[in-house]
Amino acid sequence: MTASVFFGCTFIAFGPAIALFLFTIARDPLRVIFLIAGAFFWLVSLLLSSLVWFISVQISNKESPEQQKGLLIFGVVLSVLLQELFRFGYYKLLKKANEGLLALSQEETMPISVRQLAYVSGLGFGFMSGAFSVVNILADSVGPGTVGIHGDSQHFFLSSAFMTMAIILLHMFWGVVFFDACEKRRWWCLVVVVASHLLVSCLTFQNPYYVGSLVPTYVIMFLMGAWAFCCAGGSLRNLKLCLTCKDKDFLLANHRPR
Amino acid sequence: MGSIPTQWITPLLLWGLFRAVSGSSVEQKIYVNLNDTAPCVRLLNGTHQIGCQSSLAGDVGVIHFLESEEDLPWVLTSGPSPPYMVVLEAPLFTRSVMMKLNNGSSRIAGVAVVIPSSSPAQGFSPHTTCPNENTGLYSESYDPSMAHCNTTVWNPLGNGLSYEQFNFPMFSLKDDNGTEVIRQCYLEHNRVVNGSAPGYPLCAMQLSSHMHAVTDTVTCMRRSEGSAFSLSQDKVCDALSNYNVWSSTKSLNNTAKGHKDNETIVIAAARLDSRAFFHGVSLGAEGSASGFITLLAAAAALANITRENPPPRTETFDYIGSSRMVYDMETDNFAIDLDNVHSLVEIGQVGLHNVSGLWLHSDPVSRRNDAVDKEVKSLMDTFQSVATNLNLSLGLPDVSQPLPPASFQRFLRAQPIPGLVLTDHRSHFTNRFFESMYDNAEYLNLTYPADLSPEERFTHVTDTARGLTEVATLVARALYKQAGGAEEWLASIQADSQTVAQLLYGFLVQTRNPWFEAIIPPEDQYLLMPSPPEYYVGVHGSTNNTASSLVYYVLANLTGTALNISRDNCTKREFTDDTESTHMNSYMWVQGVTPPNATEPVSYCVRSTARISRAESPAFLLKDYRSSNFSTWTESRWIRIGARIFLVAGPDLEMLTLGVGVAVLLASLLLTYVINSKADFLFSSGREPANATY
Repeated sequence: MTASVFFGCTFIAFGPAIALFLFTIARDPLRVIFLIAGAFFWLVSLLLSSLVWFISVQISNKESPEQQKGLLIFGVVLSVLLQELFRFGYYKLLKKANEGLLALSQEETMPISVRQLAYVSGLGFGFMSGAFSVVNILADSVGPGTVGIHGDSQHFFLSSAFMTMAIILLHMFWGVVFFDACEKRRWWCLVVVVASHLLVSCLTFQNPYYVGSLVPTYVIMFLMGAWAFCCAGGSLRNLKLCLTCKDKDFLLANHRPR
Repeated sequence: MGSIPTQWITPLLLWGLFRAVSGSSVEQKIYVNLNDTAPCVRLLNGTHQIGCQSSLAGDVGVIHFLESEEDLPWVLTSGPSPPYMVVLEAPLFTRSVMMKLNNGSSRIAGVAVVIPSSSPAQGFSPHTTCPNENTGLYSESYDPSMAHCNTTVWNPLGNGLSYEQFNFPMFSLKDDNGTEVIRQCYLEHNRVVNGSAPGYPLCAMQLSSHMHAVTDTVTCMRRSEGSAFSLSQDKVCDALSNYNVWSSTKSLNNTAKGHKDNETIVIAAARLDSRAFFHGVSLGAEGSASGFITLLAAAAALANITRENPPPRTETFDYIGSSRMVYDMETDNFAIDLDNVHSLVEIGQVGLHNVSGLWLHSDPVSRRNDAVDKEVKSLMDTFQSVATNLNLSLGLPDVSQPLPPASFQRFLRAQPIPGLVLTDHRSHFTNRFFESMYDNAEYLNLTYPADLSPEERFTHVTDTARGLTEVATLVARALYKQAGGAEEWLASIQADSQTVAQLLYGFLVQTRNPWFEAIIPPEDQYLLMPSPPEYYVGVHGSTNNTASSLVYYVLANLTGTALNISRDNCTKREFTDDTESTHMNSYMWVQGVTPPNATEPVSYCVRSTARISRAESPAFLLKDYRSSNFSTWTESRWIRIGARIFLVAGPDLEMLTLGVGVAVLLASLLLTYVINSKADFLFSSGREPANATY
């Protein structure tokens, strides 16, 4: 659909992720490394689940659409479970790596806290997931045509971009909540994370009825965002103070160590 | 499948595994590629360029089906979403419509013409009214009263479209399922309802036919020279060239060029090539095929009897073939030279002779010379007497009428040779579809009963075949008599209608048939396809020499003899000193037929006097690209030619998308900066003490 749609959709899909990367991750090389490692873990989970799906499609009956649809649903569920499994695996790996890092370094404190690790790894997952979701679509959006000649909805590019943005942010929030739950051994939180991930993925089966898939996804995203905010140490009082620009006064008044 | 699960495998993997096709699934949702299209390409000569050109990536335009000539203002001035891609039905493909579109070309992205399966009743010829007027015989210096068709306009239906330059791409579409998709798309999205313009999204088409050469042959040859290999990317155009096929009834030493003492030759010639407005759809059934098929049949009838030299050659673009042959004869590069030529008979368009009779044309100017006139008159008498014996009506047009466009004109330019041109038209062409895509087998009434299989069609003798057989017999007997043959043998010279029927099938319906399979070498079997060959001249190195190669093999088979020798002996004959060497004859190893109860065909060697010689205009030998004597036609090179349709969204939706994207980016940058600067405070409650690790 020409260059303006290409750039528009790229900015929509990757805008928040790029902003987060620029301001919070790019300056610290350690964070960059963990980000890329996280992206790699997501990639490996995708590889495994695609292998399983590929084999199951080959041995299935290619002519029957019900079977293919069923296989698709099976594939989605399997992929979600594998991704969360790999997230857990990454968590375990990071814990072990931290012990080792601490033993090696001279300092007494960790160079990077678990909360920051959670955030970075979640964002890494999000980047890679978003890239795989949307890059092909962006490549086709550069041409002169738009979707629709066979009767599909015209808003394909836009809704794909918005969906990708939601997914990237969701991965980040899930990462934070997940790691926090693992730290505090609150296993029901893990279940909620996995369940919400499954819910969001299965919502996409509503497409091309984009309202039905986008609106619930954004609702879930805001809810998860609030939860992650709380897990990361935020609170409503801090937020109110920040918004009314009274945070500096508060700090000065209370001499809180920073 | 409409669902796009974003959390899963990329659409590419998905669809690739389902359908194992290349090209992503999103692309398939957007574009419909059009197959079965023929583009209009750019050709250049010494001073001009003709044909069509698109921009590098292709031109995109909103589709508009033109209903009548009154509908043109919508496209040219009043339509709200230019540029438009005009789709024309064949009746509107006229000069007036095309010239108006050409003038308004800033709002026209391109033109697509829908070709119906039946020809228009009123005739259609995109060639000029006076074909080859600048390189024929009749020029200012030869005879001003006959130059530029002052006496007779040969092609009155010609609208000259093939020789115009268009600034947009033009494609032809067959009227089938692909075009049905376009019509559906147009009716759904682009229809004007009650005078109000249709809203976006609109159905659009993209035509890509970017041509590399510009201006004229001089420019493009200058840009192409300096590249070492003929197929390198640096070349931008190629000279139009093909092959002349000729043979003689008596072996001639082909290696010793120039004048041959004690040899006088009667030449019989016919045209081989054809052209149409769109690249790749030219058949020339009446225009050229009728002529050379008759000549081949006559050659078959005369085989082993007299001395005669029948060359079919390429003639559309200012007589490329004959000018080259004459040039070769003049410069002693040919087996004979012009002094060896006694007389010449040319077979022009003869397919419709049952409608308009047969006529013998001669050149009045050369006949002012008494010797030439005497020879011409005697040749005419020969033809007349043979025609009377065969009960054919043969007429003589007015003496003062010039020759129609024919290769003979190039021979006369060099030397006044007595000769005649045999056609089925008295003055202007009977052919109403000269040099157009409608000049096909159907126009010659080459119809077969519907219940025949392809093998039966191949051997079915139609009335057209019978008619052409009579003409071939006439030509054969007249040539025999002209060459001094005895009267008593005349009655035994008879062209075979079965051969003519098979020739018509092979050259106008499909090349894949049992006879062609048997007479061409095993390595050339790729020439056979379920469609007729392409008669456009083409360029050297392209695959356009199918027709001339087939004519060569057919000529060799019809006039040659089969030899019982091994393959090695057959193909390695050049080192033999005797009269059977390749200096005198050509040898080829052909596939042969598969006998019953066998799996492999039995190949054999054919010795014949058929030769094939390069027909490239002498202008390219002499490197005189601005020559007015010889043809300087070249064809531009191109890389990608294709057409596809899709929907386009309105510019406001696109700008909105871009705006939303930029807004999202800026907002997220701002928000992130703010949160980052306050991060220590925001995330401070419930924090672990600073010295804890985990």
